[in-house]
Amino acid sequence: MKTDSIISLDHGSGGLASQNLIGGLFLKYLTCPQLRDLEDCAMLGEHAGRIAFSTDSYVVDPLFFPGGDIGSLAGHGTINDLAMRGARPLALSLALIIEEGFAYASLERIIASVARASEEAGVAIVTGDTKVVPKGKADGLFVNTTGIGIASHRHNISGKKAQPGDAILLSGTLADHGITIMSRQAGIDIAGDIESDTQPLHRLVGALLEENAGMVHALRDPTRGGLATTLCEIAHASMVEIAIEEERLPVRPAVGTACEMLGLDPLYLANEGKCIIICDRDGAEDMLQLMRRMPEGRDAALIGWVGEGKAGRVTLTTRIGGSRLLEPLTGQPLPRIC
Amino acid sequence: MKCADEFRSREITAPLVEEIARSLVRPVRIMEVCGTHTMSIFRHGIRSLLSEGITLLSGPGCPVCVTPASHIDAFLAAADLPQVTIATFGDLIRVPGSGRSLAGARACGARVEIVYSPMDALALAQKEPERTVLFPAIGFETTVPTIAATILAAKRLGVTNFLIVAAGKTMPNALEALMADPELQVDGLLCPGHVSAIIGSEAYRPLANRYGLACAVAGFEPADILAGLLSLIRQINERRPDVENCYTRVVSAEGNVRAQQLIADVFEPADSEWRGLGVIPGSGLVLRNPYRSFDATKQLALPERPSREPKGCRCGEILKGRLLPPDCPLYGTACTPLQPVGPCMVSNEGTCAAYYRYSGRKTGTIHHEVPSLSAATTESS
Repeated sequence: MKTDSIISLDHGSGGLASQNLIGGLFLKYLTCPQLRDLEDCAMLGEHAGRIAFSTDSYVVDPLFFPGGDIGSLAGHGTINDLAMRGARPLALSLALIIEEGFAYASLERIIASVARASEEAGVAIVTGDTKVVPKGKADGLFVNTTGIGIASHRHNISGKKAQPGDAILLSGTLADHGITIMSRQAGIDIAGDIESDTQPLHRLVGALLEENAGMVHALRDPTRGGLATTLCEIAHASMVEIAIEEERLPVRPAVGTACEMLGLDPLYLANEGKCIIICDRDGAEDMLQLMRRMPEGRDAALIGWVGEGKAGRVTLTTRIGGSRLLEPLTGQPLPRIC
Repeated sequence: MKCADEFRSREITAPLVEEIARSLVRPVRIMEVCGTHTMSIFRHGIRSLLSEGITLLSGPGCPVCVTPASHIDAFLAAADLPQVTIATFGDLIRVPGSGRSLAGARACGARVEIVYSPMDALALAQKEPERTVLFPAIGFETTVPTIAATILAAKRLGVTNFLIVAAGKTMPNALEALMADPELQVDGLLCPGHVSAIIGSEAYRPLANRYGLACAVAGFEPADILAGLLSLIRQINERRPDVENCYTRVVSAEGNVRAQQLIADVFEPADSEWRGLGVIPGSGLVLRNPYRSFDATKQLALPERPSREPKGCRCGEILKGRLLPPDCPLYGTACTPLQPVGPCMVSNEGTCAAYYRYSGRKTGTIHHEVPSLSAATTESS
């Protein structure tokens, strides 16, 4: 490999090589004027409302996977974290920790991808940072994004606000991202339309709040730990019981088959473009219809109800009419031996 | 998954549930031998559909759970060698040996990779010829044919940096040892679908004859399991213990002869230690002479120390179906899925883990911390 085709420690030195990387690669794709100014921080102007602030780091392996890559994931993930409190995302930061020797072409692909994600979402990357660490001190590339958003005073969305009687909606199919990554890690090439669901949800949430601000009580994106773990968190935080029905859960057939093959439960696998909406039951049907008219919510479904029962308990009625408890994920999801 | 969907529909399962309720005339104790059965029973909420008179006990059919601490210690000793990569099935990595687990060793710098098949481990050995790749070859008759095929492939390809610790186990002798225990009260066996696909349903005939035990081979979908339970309850009611094959779409009477031959070509029977059950004669598999060069225990001079069971752990009695998980003094306190002590809590298929995860029982029935039980420091060797 030619030395100019890889990232070297010089690229993180702050000197000439760093400037070349910023000018020749980052600013080629990330076109926000504030970023181009190369000041120490970005000024976001004056905005009315409550400030929402979130950060997330991305260490996904593999860096590229069907449906996305670490770049798009980093853009969408932080946008979604802001959206889950009902905030309108304003701006993102992008920080990279690159391992010495990382391919320049891969970095370019990833920067192009995060730029595209930011542009399509309409949320600019306004500030950034790059560090290069010696070979062996990182796993290729780690990405951090931080986001700022503005939330209206018209709602107060929180994982603590689920109330008995509320309906539980899910914006689309389960486990697409998790099974994509795990099957890649397993080196198993599963035929069919399996790809990550990474996508921004702020427009979907915006549309829901536009029509039904007071009706939406809690929003969560079931990322790591999957739907089951996230529902457990909500049930604990809101001190309510949650009951969902297996029959109502949308799972793509290919995803279901892959989960069976690898011995994994789709309820515990990550999603990167889905949200749980806990809302007043009177508004549930309207919200379902609204979501289904949007591409990111076309498979939306009513999956269960919030009840008074035992605080923190989450139950699943299985397809055969049995009942089981859902517990938070323990450790990593591990494939079974047989 | 259209096929599986049919076996999961309420239209098919509801009549079976009703028929089971109607057929039950006295309390019955049924052991499901296979860990995948245990998982499926919990996952589909089958217990919640059955009347109280049916007690389901989980048997020794989770290969991870029955792997003794001594084997884990051998894997760990290998993991500590600088040139060795452990390539293992995922659910083995959190199982504690006498002290640490492979996950703990990995955190301290050992190379431990998760693979989905022994062939992946062989491929890793070919990719990294400068390292020795060790595959902890645990499993029952279901998994062992693939391991045998991998050994044959390694020999054919001349790969010399691929080793296994032969820790495979066979089911019939273990069941025989269990059923011979006079304290074990079991009316029927739900026989494992996968293992039976290899060994055939007739393998259980001696058990049915000798111990008057009702046997039913069942698959893993809810309808399969319910049909198996119904068959067992009918056999018990009519006092005509038999072996009924309720999984004929996969299992034949004589099994998969080719796979049996593959196992016999590469491995030979040996006594084997089962976690919690002790040594069961003829229930293990070791490499035959022509394949001894793949034996990591010899090649790496791994320790072969007898196991010390963790203090207080009642996995042995749970595997025998004598106790339920909450009866163990460690359950829910010292032993949880996050900090497992015994193997039954580690594996997804483990009885304790399944209980903890799905039943809602988070604490044991025994509340004293240090148990004064005879099994507290069992030396099973």
